[in-house]
Amino acid sequence: MTGQNQPDSPKSVPQLLARNASIHRDKPAYREKEFGIWQSWTWRETAAEIEALALGLLDLGVNAGDHVAISGRNRPALYWSMVAVQSVGAVPVPLYQDAVVEEMTYVLDNCNARFVIAGDQEQVDKIIEAQQTVHGIEHVIYFDTRGMRKYDHSEITSFADIQNEGRAAKARLSKELDARRDALGYDNTCVMLYTSGTTGRPKGVVLSNRNVIETSKNTSDFDHLNAGEETLAYLPMAWVGDFIFSIGQAYWSAFCVNCPESADTMNADLREIGPTYFFAPPAIFEGHLTQVMIRMEDASRFKRWMFAYFMDHAKTVGPKLLDGESVGALDRLIHKLGKYLVYGPLKNRLGMSRVRVGYTAGEAIGPELFDFYRSLGINLKQLYGQTEATVFITQQPDGEVRSDTVGVPSPGVELKIAENGEVFYRSPGTFVEYFGNPESTSSTKDPEGWVATGDAGFIEETSGHLRIIDRIKDVSKMADGSLFAPKYIENKLKFYPNILEAVVFGAGRDRCTAFINIDLTAVGNWAERNNIAYSSYQELSQHPQVLDTVLSHVNAVNESVAEDEMLAGCQVHRFLVLHKELDADDGEMTRTRKVRRAVIAEKFNDLIDALYDGSDTIYTETEVTYEDGRKGQIKATLDIRDAAVVAKAKAAA
Amino acid sequence: MKQDAIMDDNTPFVTADGRQIGGVMMDLRNITLRFGGVEAIKSISFNIREGEIRAIIGPNGAGKSSMLNVISGFYKPQEGEVYFRGTKRPPMKPYQVARQGVARTFQNIALFEGMSVLDNIMTGRMGHIKSNMLVQAIWAGKAQREEDESREAVERIIDFLQIQAIRKTPVGRLPYGLKKRVELARALAAEPDLLLLDEPMAGMNVEEKEDMSRFILDVNDEFGTTIALIEHDMGVVMDLSDRVVVMDYGRKIGDGTPDEVRNNQEVIDAYLGVAHD
Repeated sequence: MTGQNQPDSPKSVPQLLARNASIHRDKPAYREKEFGIWQSWTWRETAAEIEALALGLLDLGVNAGDHVAISGRNRPALYWSMVAVQSVGAVPVPLYQDAVVEEMTYVLDNCNARFVIAGDQEQVDKIIEAQQTVHGIEHVIYFDTRGMRKYDHSEITSFADIQNEGRAAKARLSKELDARRDALGYDNTCVMLYTSGTTGRPKGVVLSNRNVIETSKNTSDFDHLNAGEETLAYLPMAWVGDFIFSIGQAYWSAFCVNCPESADTMNADLREIGPTYFFAPPAIFEGHLTQVMIRMEDASRFKRWMFAYFMDHAKTVGPKLLDGESVGALDRLIHKLGKYLVYGPLKNRLGMSRVRVGYTAGEAIGPELFDFYRSLGINLKQLYGQTEATVFITQQPDGEVRSDTVGVPSPGVELKIAENGEVFYRSPGTFVEYFGNPESTSSTKDPEGWVATGDAGFIEETSGHLRIIDRIKDVSKMADGSLFAPKYIENKLKFYPNILEAVVFGAGRDRCTAFINIDLTAVGNWAERNNIAYSSYQELSQHPQVLDTVLSHVNAVNESVAEDEMLAGCQVHRFLVLHKELDADDGEMTRTRKVRRAVIAEKFNDLIDALYDGSDTIYTETEVTYEDGRKGQIKATLDIRDAAVVAKAKAAA
Repeated sequence: MKQDAIMDDNTPFVTADGRQIGGVMMDLRNITLRFGGVEAIKSISFNIREGEIRAIIGPNGAGKSSMLNVISGFYKPQEGEVYFRGTKRPPMKPYQVARQGVARTFQNIALFEGMSVLDNIMTGRMGHIKSNMLVQAIWAGKAQREEDESREAVERIIDFLQIQAIRKTPVGRLPYGLKKRVELARALAAEPDLLLLDEPMAGMNVEEKEDMSRFILDVNDEFGTTIALIEHDMGVVMDLSDRVVVMDYGRKIGDGTPDEVRNNQEVIDAYLGVAHD
């Protein structure tokens, strides 16, 4: 499967584009909803747009090897920008569009970006602010012209103008463009992506054309992706997953990438497009399920009964049907009826009627959540990966899907587990280096090409699937020497719709404690239903009944944890519900919503002390950062609750 | 936004932030409006120039909304003249004024609650539909073409005001701040030269006010629409407008740039409250 390529097989994304433009000429490559209508571009039109931009970039003076930052929401023009930048031999560096100025400044400075392509005025403003400290940026190109008329245009130009200049300069520059495109090979850099980094500063991961194309080819084969697939591009363009799904695999398989009208219309656009290949982090699936459940509570009694009956049936039969196991004739009949009455309409509502291959990754997904989608007949699978691997390390094959594993090694990937339980991999997708950081590169990737994932896990002997326990640096010992794996407990807590985030402490201590974040959608709806008035998130979070509910969840988790001999010591003894949501703007989470333990432990050390010193309440003041960068203080008195702990029942059996 | 010298003449100029301000668009001369024995407006004169944002402020009951209603043709003043682009305006019905290129929003939202956002905004295109009722009923060529054009114009406004996500939502289900935005959208759908906004930010929170201010500036900037607005939030008025008219008990007590108005003793008295004779 590792793919011995034919000699003429494309060796770069621009070469893939040329191939698609000649083979799939009039098939749609991109769609975007604008002015209420889906506009579309065929592969041929796409190639023409990209060429015009590439010529414009040449005219502007972009050199081979330059870094060009790209920032904005998912729009065809910005995807074209990436490929146009590659066409002239430069390296695209997509940025997280919701990053604050300091974060952007760091990346722009770190990669010495000479040019920036920005989606709209908001992004341009951030770039201009960053230019106070970063001086390497020579020119900014913007796509959406709205509000841009009054800017000083000596160093700023619109996307359309660059394209026009490119078209005008075609006769003069097309030779140069051809030369640059032809010079691209497997060893050239395809893209540079900054890792969100749960620790320390983001690092620029350099991925070569080999990494991207080999990985895209292997994984497209794995799931039999073809030119007929439809995807919705809505996840951040700076995230490696979007790059692989919306560029790597999309160009390899020549399928169509659809861009939503705006972030707010995502769900409606999803329904209209009906993607066949869909990726979402667990949070998105969870959000959808919460919406469905809330709406069902408002439905008539008969509909509620029908929903409950058929969903129960689907839970027993649905996954079996998906995995191709045999099912009795009566069950099959009821399932068919359910398809017309419940599953079909529900899938349509979710925009997942046509999903043939669905993936979730990034965080562990709750078994109930996972089973809900599987039982509807949606082929939802898990994959495990990271930026340094060009996404794919392991993934679940059709018919071997479970919520507690992350699947078998992807084609071409070798796995090994170190003494301490850390997972290592080696693959065609293994990254080239961290940009300008040889020490980090060599500490992550050994000379033989093995990369440390930083995750602890093991390979299940019966199935050959990989199971991940936790981050290796987070796995540690408690005071009495028993294993402490916080993520494991946190995930169990987060599987309750009322709990959005949890942070468990206990390394080196005699018992575990936890911070909980409530989910405002679920708890707010519950409060509305029970006539509980509240004026703020903070007030709701400290409501006695909310605390009681959370307590019942913590107790239930303790019970289930106690069953696992290895982790029975990790039961949560005391907890509190935080008065604010953990937020990336405050540095408490990464942009991909992973908790930063060290930051939280330092910021809320007074609260942790209170969890261990036995006090019932604690007064605290916390600094918060608003979306526009201003800072404020919130003050709160938090209740601390004791949870029921199940005694270690080792001897019982 | 604010310029140092205000010229009541017709000389066009460019503001510090690069907007074109033209000559006088609407000139109101000695307007007096009475309801029975009550004089709501007492011989007021002021003008609105092409491309500017003109604010009308004053305490409650000062006659601001009445003034706007005079401009839009809803009230007919007993005395005084209205000159629009240099010619004296004969007595007109509101729809005739609308055809001249004047659109407005209302202090109390006046939308069709049961209709979708899209349909509400489409009603703003009424003045641009020329085909007669029969042609529209049978959906003949011209009617269809006109509706397509209107829909396109409306979609551009939906995009401009960033209300794509509520395009199909019945207006009755929207929160207050969004309803205000839909009203602005409907007024814009008429492609007006002069846009009258009656308290566009009343009852909004700070964030909604910031959004609305941004949209008003953008409308003025992108479409070159002249705007006359009534607003109570002084911060908003001072930031947005080029010139301000101050009214109190039906009289004009101040007229000028925000800075001039701020330092006018009579204006200060009116706002801080001084006994009237």
